[in-house]
Amino acid sequence: MKKKKAVSKKWPEKWQEVNPGCMVFIPGNASALHTGSWRAQRPVLDIQKCIKCGLCYIFCPEGCISEDSEGFFKANLDYCKGCGICAHECWPEAIVMVEEEE
Amino acid sequence: MGKRVGMEVGIAAAEAVALCNIDVAAVYPITPQSHIAEHLADIVHDGRINAEFITVESEHSSISACAGASAAGARVYTATSSQGLMLMHEILPIVSAMRLPVVMGNANRAISGPLNIWNDHTDIMPQRDCGWICMFAENGQEVIDMTIQSFKIAEHPDVMLPIVLNIDGFQLTHMIEPMEFPSQAQVNRFLPPRKPFVALHPDNPISMGCFNMPDIFTESMKAKETALRNSKKIIVKIWNEWGKLFGRHYRPVETYKAKGAKTLILTMGSMGETASVAVDEMRKKGASVGLVKMRLWRPLPIEELRAAIKGAKTLIVMDRAISFGGAGGPVATDIKSYLFQDKSRPRIVNYIMGLGGRDVTVDDFIAMTKKAAKKKEDTFEFYGVRE
Repeated sequence: MKKKKAVSKKWPEKWQEVNPGCMVFIPGNASALHTGSWRAQRPVLDIQKCIKCGLCYIFCPEGCISEDSEGFFKANLDYCKGCGICAHECWPEAIVMVEEEE
Repeated sequence: MGKRVGMEVGIAAAEAVALCNIDVAAVYPITPQSHIAEHLADIVHDGRINAEFITVESEHSSISACAGASAAGARVYTATSSQGLMLMHEILPIVSAMRLPVVMGNANRAISGPLNIWNDHTDIMPQRDCGWICMFAENGQEVIDMTIQSFKIAEHPDVMLPIVLNIDGFQLTHMIEPMEFPSQAQVNRFLPPRKPFVALHPDNPISMGCFNMPDIFTESMKAKETALRNSKKIIVKIWNEWGKLFGRHYRPVETYKAKGAKTLILTMGSMGETASVAVDEMRKKGASVGLVKMRLWRPLPIEELRAAIKGAKTLIVMDRAISFGGAGGPVATDIKSYLFQDKSRPRIVNYIMGLGGRDVTVDDFIAMTKKAAKKKEDTFEFYGVRE
């Protein structure tokens, strides 16, 4: 089994290119997958109501919410799957879920 | 030649594992495997080997612990039987898909229900499609030899697959047999320390056991199937190496007085020894009977089997398991489907026998051979069932 060849391939096309045991040799490469494409609803933040408590950041199962330079917590829509947990946990009701279609 | 010792085969299996410089054993005791677990725990406790013995709370945990330890680069062993193997079932295809070279001894025992602790092959057959290399030992010496060989085969860089070595419960595990152990120096030469393809380590982060989307899962399965099929080449190579070193030769399919025989009996596991005595008895009376023994069950050695049965008129396949509501015993079903398109093939008479510890004697093999001679076409039936 030649390891180097297996490592150099980022994504297998043919079955012969599948890494042994589907091992992933590039740490953190899941960030290349934009899981936000699954989303049906997106979170919209009203900065007038937001108190910058960071609960949305703590509860986000995707870890896609981060604090910006002004202290507001915002979701990275490349990865946000639209689960709505942030909106559910936001007690000042600053986050609402909006249909992507609209 | 080493010194011959008289020993219980289950104890000998644990002693063979101890010779292999394992790092981790995670074994949950279950009849008739318990002596392997107990003796291996003793060996580790007494400091005879430098290994970790994980006392797990179930077989689901023992195979999971083995998977984790193997992923971290350790040489690992586990053993189980019957219900224990059934509880492991969920993890078995994961271990093979992750290409982890775990070695397992399985003391074959009937699966419940009704509850029965005695020998047959109904425990291993439901695990048949899990992607493990699956082999059968016939006697105590083979248990020692095949246990040591298994680590070398499983860890080979062109194999990297788990192996289950089937050891018939009681019929084999609890017999006291004369056996010969290779020396530690001989085993060290034959089986150097494991060199894992990769190992989990914080300094070199990798991910194992990853999720597959529909666009890659089929390719992963084809890769796994190919790895298992290709393992036969390496298995044969390592068996040949063993034969040269120790003078005991192992082949995927072995024969006894089979050349030119009109009728062949096909067995797996310990019943091969009884069947060979039956062949001798029948040969004395002039019957054209021989024996074919399948040592390797997965990957199925069909080329070797075809060569072994060439020219035979009747092939009597002995199955110690049944696929309820299906085409017969699992061994016969596989062989039949492979031979289906062959221009000439023997008539296949399949007996379901030796279930749940029912003895299969020399006389039984002779009786089955006589019954099979009267069959006009492929059949499958229970042998020895009272009606």
